[in-house]
Formats: sequence, structure tokens, C-alpha cells
Amino acid sequence: MSKVTLATTWLDGCSGCHMSLLDIDERLIDIADKIDVVYSPLVDMKEYPEQVDVAIVEGAVSSEEDLHKIRMIRSRTKILVALGDCAVAGNIPTMRNKFSREELLDVAYIKSATENPQHPSEVIPALLPKAVPLHEVVDIDVFVQGCPPSADTIFHTIAELLAGRIPADLTEHTRPGA
Amino acid sequence: MAVVRSRIKTLKIDGQDVGAHEDETILEVARENGIMIPTLCQLDGLSLVGACRLCLVEVVGWRNLVPACTTYVEEGMEVITNSERLQKYRRMIIELLFAEGNHVCAVCVSNGNCELQWKAQKLGMDHVRFTNQNPDRRVDMTHEHFVVDANRCILCTRCVRVCDEIEGAHTWDIFGRGENSTIISDFNLPWGESPTCSSCGKCVNVCPTGALVEKGKAAGEMIKRTEFLAYLTKMREVKK
Repeated sequence: MSKVTLATTWLDGCSGCHMSLLDIDERLIDIADKIDVVYSPLVDMKEYPEQVDVAIVEGAVSSEEDLHKIRMIRSRTKILVALGDCAVAGNIPTMRNKFSREELLDVAYIKSATENPQHPSEVIPALLPKAVPLHEVVDIDVFVQGCPPSADTIFHTIAELLAGRIPADLTEHTRPGA
Repeated sequence: MAVVRSRIKTLKIDGQDVGAHEDETILEVARENGIMIPTLCQLDGLSLVGACRLCLVEVVGWRNLVPACTTYVEEGMEVITNSERLQKYRRMIIELLFAEGNHVCAVCVSNGNCELQWKAQKLGMDHVRFTNQNPDRRVDMTHEHFVVDANRCILCTRCVRVCDEIEGAHTWDIFGRGENSTIISDFNLPWGESPTCSSCGKCVNVCPTGALVEKGKAAGEMIKRTEFLAYLTKMREVKK
């Protein structure tokens, strides 16, 4: 049987959900035989493959780069999993939504700058007007709430997907803020 | 001589034949018979307002859904408390509550001890389908002991009712309309300058979310205690 190809990435997140993924501990060995990690901060692969079975995405959509990336991932992925409260609900990245982009950039790059105060104009991707959860911009197949979701919840989700099932009602395992 | 409390009515709840006093609500009778209907704004010991709509039920032959907490029993009534239609609406109500405010559980002092969060989990909310409104609401830390964070308020009015009906101070009320509705102390004074607040903390303890909390709590540390309400209600009944 060919292995399931798995991609993981984070957008506007803290990497805590990936930490929780690693907290699966020795069970990682069990699933390692069944999956091929083709793209992830955990492996050295620069380009997202043309065709991926499962993508697990952490973090909200906050910048032009995030938006481009999640749309590209969606178009090349069969099953897209929103991992954690930022991906599912926006969570902490959306706490800036009540301020305008200009106000935010002023605070970060002008008012608190000790030298050369100016808004960034290159290299750093432009902020979107508001940070939004993934399902605001692409279709999501599985929602895994939690900040971060527990290792058990993540393992259950992956095990179900490997068994060929879309995990039903994860609210029995997790909740916002869990 | 026996005192006749009220007339007895018979009705059906979820196919089960039940008897009830005519001055009882559907919610009370359901609970007496072990049928659990989800509630949020309702709290034993406070008046009933039917604000949150979570306890909506179907009555066979009635066109509209009705809140179980404020609807009194009728002879021959057939009540359905848990249908696909009701589950759909209940989940929608919870999602709308999340979308309307700024409920960022991860950084909330009430994380893990929040009735809104529990209901969301119980009613199967795996995500919110409505766009977050991200309103710009007031955080008032002027009170010596307590904080009001309107971002996390769901307008259940438990604080308004407990302050008026139990403490007798009526410091809290609702101000504004629609999405601009918010709880205010007195005539929209900072809480710390309230001439009526007795600092009893009842509002803090009945608040189902992290909207009214004690100062000095970190995320997940705020635990509400509502036992006092049943005790006070009981003692007042005895006195009567």
C-alpha cells in the first residue's frame, strides 16, 4: 500500500500546535510507517508538492503571503485540516482586528522604533485588513479546536484520517481554548 | 385543611406522559422528569427572561418554537425538546454569540470554567460559520476588586437580575440596542465610581463567561461560585 502524503505548515500561529503534534511521542513511530511527510517545518522541503493527500495547517490568515499559501495548499490538497484555534476561529491573531493596519504598523514600526522609524515596504508580506480563520477563505474538511489541541486529539484525528475516515464530531475530544 | 397549590395538568414531553402544576414551566417539568434542555441565561433563584433562546422547544401544533424557561405547561401539550431542527438552531445561537463578541478562550481568565464554552462543546460547535464581528468594546478596571470586559458579555442579564433581585442595588442594566447593546453600571459611570454598587460580587459569580471577573486572575484561573443563590433563595422562602 502506498503511503499517505502529509503536509503541515503554520501561517499566523505560534507553532504551539506543531509542538502538540510532536507530543504524540512514541505513537509517532506507529504512524511514521504509514505516512510520507512531503512538506513541513519539520522537514527540509522548500516547495509544496503538486498533489498532497492531507494537509494540516496551523494559524490564522493574516498576510498576503498567508492568503496566497492557503489558497495554493487548498488547490493541491485532498483533505485540509484546520489545526488549533487560530486556524479554526482566528483566536489571538484576530485580537488586532479592532485596530486599522496603519495604527498597528505605527505602534510596531514608528512609535516603538529607536532608530529609522518607517513602515516596512519590502520583504515583509503586507498585512491583510483583518486576520481571519482559514474557512473564511478556503473550504476546510476537518476542524480541530484547542490552543493547542491535545496530543491525544491530534493523534485521534490523524488515526481516523489514516483509517480512511473524516473524523466525526471532534467536540467530544476538544473545545475552543482546550 | 389542605392548601391547593394549583391545578394539575397532564402533558407529554418527548413522548413521556408527565404531570405538572399549572404554574410550572416546561423547563421545570422537564427537569423534574430527568429531561435535560440546554439553558444559558436561566439560573435558579433569578427571574426568567428567555434571553438566550437556547432552551427553545417544539410544541406539536404550535407554529413557533418557544423558550422552555418562560412557557407554562398546558393541558394536553406535546413538547419535543430535542429534534434535528432544535439542534440546528441551538448550535446556530451559540455560534452567533461567539461571532458577535470577542471570545478568545485561550487568553480568557474563565477558560475551562465557562458556561458558553461548555455549551459550545456540548452542542457540537466545531467551528463558527459566521464572520467574527470583532467589536470594539469596553474594558473597565476602575472597580477595586472586579473587572468588566464587555468583549466577553453575551447579554444574558444574569448580573442585572442578581443585582436588582437579590442584592437590591440595581447597579447593572442594559444600554443601547441591537449589536450595540452593552451592560452598564448606573448611568454609564465607570464601575469604580458607582454610588450604588455594594461590591458584593454576586454579579461576578453568576456571570457565565469571563465578562465579569475578579482582578488579579490569569488565564483559566477564574472559577465562579453560584451556590449562594440557592442558599439565599431558600432562606428567604423560609422567612416568608
